[in-house]
Amino acid sequence: MTTITKTPGTKPLSAGRAPEPKRDLKIATGLSHVALVAWALITAGPLLWVLLASFKSNTEIFLGKPFALPNSFSFDTYVNAWSDAHIGRYFINSVFVVVISTAGTMLLGAMAAYVLARYKFPGNRAIYYLFVSGLAFPTFMALAPLFYILKGIGLLGSFTGLILVYIAYSLPFTIFFLAAFFKSLPYEIEEAATVDGASHIRKFFQIMMPMARSGLVSITIFNIVGQWNQYLLPVVIMSGPGADQKLLLTQGIAQISVSAGYQAEWSTLFAALVLTILPMIIVYAIFQRQIQAGLTAGAVK
Amino acid sequence: MRHGKYPFIIGFLVVPVALYVTFVVWAYIQAFYLSVYEWSGLGPVENFVGFDNFKKMWDDTTFWQSIKHNIFLLVFLPIITVVLALIFAFLLNVGGGQKGGVIRGVWGSKVYRIIFFFPQLLALAIVAVIFGRVFGPDKSGMINGLFPDSWSPWLFLADERYAMGCILVVLVWQAVGFYVVLFSAGMGNIPTEVYEAAAIDGASRVTLFFKITIPLLWNTVQVAWVYLGIAAFDAFALVNIMTVDRGGPDGATSVLSLMIYRNAFEFSQAGYASALGVVLFFLTLTFAWVTLSATRRESVEA
Repeated sequence: MTTITKTPGTKPLSAGRAPEPKRDLKIATGLSHVALVAWALITAGPLLWVLLASFKSNTEIFLGKPFALPNSFSFDTYVNAWSDAHIGRYFINSVFVVVISTAGTMLLGAMAAYVLARYKFPGNRAIYYLFVSGLAFPTFMALAPLFYILKGIGLLGSFTGLILVYIAYSLPFTIFFLAAFFKSLPYEIEEAATVDGASHIRKFFQIMMPMARSGLVSITIFNIVGQWNQYLLPVVIMSGPGADQKLLLTQGIAQISVSAGYQAEWSTLFAALVLTILPMIIVYAIFQRQIQAGLTAGAVK
Repeated sequence: MRHGKYPFIIGFLVVPVALYVTFVVWAYIQAFYLSVYEWSGLGPVENFVGFDNFKKMWDDTTFWQSIKHNIFLLVFLPIITVVLALIFAFLLNVGGGQKGGVIRGVWGSKVYRIIFFFPQLLALAIVAVIFGRVFGPDKSGMINGLFPDSWSPWLFLADERYAMGCILVVLVWQAVGFYVVLFSAGMGNIPTEVYEAAAIDGASRVTLFFKITIPLLWNTVQVAWVYLGIAAFDAFALVNIMTVDRGGPDGATSVLSLMIYRNAFEFSQAGYASALGVVLFFLTLTFAWVTLSATRRESVEA
């Protein structure tokens, strides 16, 4: 770390006074690259290692030399991971839950945010702050009560229960973000539509939603990534009899990891990890700009 | 205009509010309520114990151990992540020096940014599984595999002294890229004329970093600090999946979030778990408040 922090400081102060000597600039730039390449390797290294290990036999993995190429490229581990270790099923479960819950979050969140941002009525602020205050509470605090609420209404261990909980816990941030966004949109077009006799519902779906597109895209990405990566809520909710068929990907991988540990049989685990990570890399490669914008959107405002 | 306004408002709010109140508001209210009861999670809630759950916490060594570990993360996670991210973001945006009178980042900064950010997209649970193997205590682990054959393997997570450090390393590994992108966005908003004017006055890159970048980015750094602090109070997925004996060895990686989970769902102590949750809530609030008021500065306008 010390070498990294020193990097910008290597250029002598005096160099700045005179017109910049080229050599010092080159050294500083070179050191910058060393630091950046080092972090890029630290970031990508473990992922590359997982990929290499996924083709290796268990014996080969225990030989060490983590970055050596595998003796032969065998896809048996992938077949095992997909069918025997049920990665395929967990993957489909996750996609199913996230598609529905994100769609639900966006629809309900946009509806509530729109009404709270642009309509005056008694109780408006109270409801808004009720939603936003949800941001201050740690989810851990609600775990035990949430479990018994779901149990009480018979939704424990069901996709329905999980989806409803995902939506409910995503609403505070979604509403907070979108309400600010709807407020910033101009009022003239909406007024013109009112004069033309457009109904409230029509104004929302045909005028406001298209105008709010960029904000909706950001927050949709934010919710997809957040819900896709959830681990705590599925662990609490997808429990009980029959739940092992309904595990989500994060839970499933954790479970494969535990059973792999008992047998010290790692190759299937690595293949399962690759099958989990690869789709993320592909999606990221295509949408990296939107994803970066969406995930940082929350912190910027 | 007036026609149908209230039916519309009610129609749009009723479902979101109902869901939110049922699963979020009601759950939090119950958490406060349950924190003063002794309740296993089965049967009626009737054994009111006042503040006994909190007294029990006071005498619970696991609680203090967990608090200690949370504080460890709370101190080091934000500072290491923010410092690294600031340096990288600076190199990527300003580090290339001047060419043709324009300040720019080093060559290839787009590629670096894409690579750095990727871990943020992975679930902490997946990261935990990966690093459980990276820190593997024999030759099958990535780091031990890199060591020369003559070395005896390092235990990493199985060693009480280093286990918590490993958790910290993983959290930093995942977080840095996100904050590089966040700070880069902030630096992009600093007008280049500011840098150029300073550079003409002979300011070195170090001076630029401390006198221009940091003050103009202060609000973003504050936000980052609070976010990272909140992450330091979580770490559940890492500890639950990656560590030896979940929170071990011998409690060496126990954190509050794990304690809450285990008391609620494994030790049949739903009341005690709720009390721990209440403490976690007040700790988080206190942290956010202290951070924001301690780092308040006259804001500098670009």
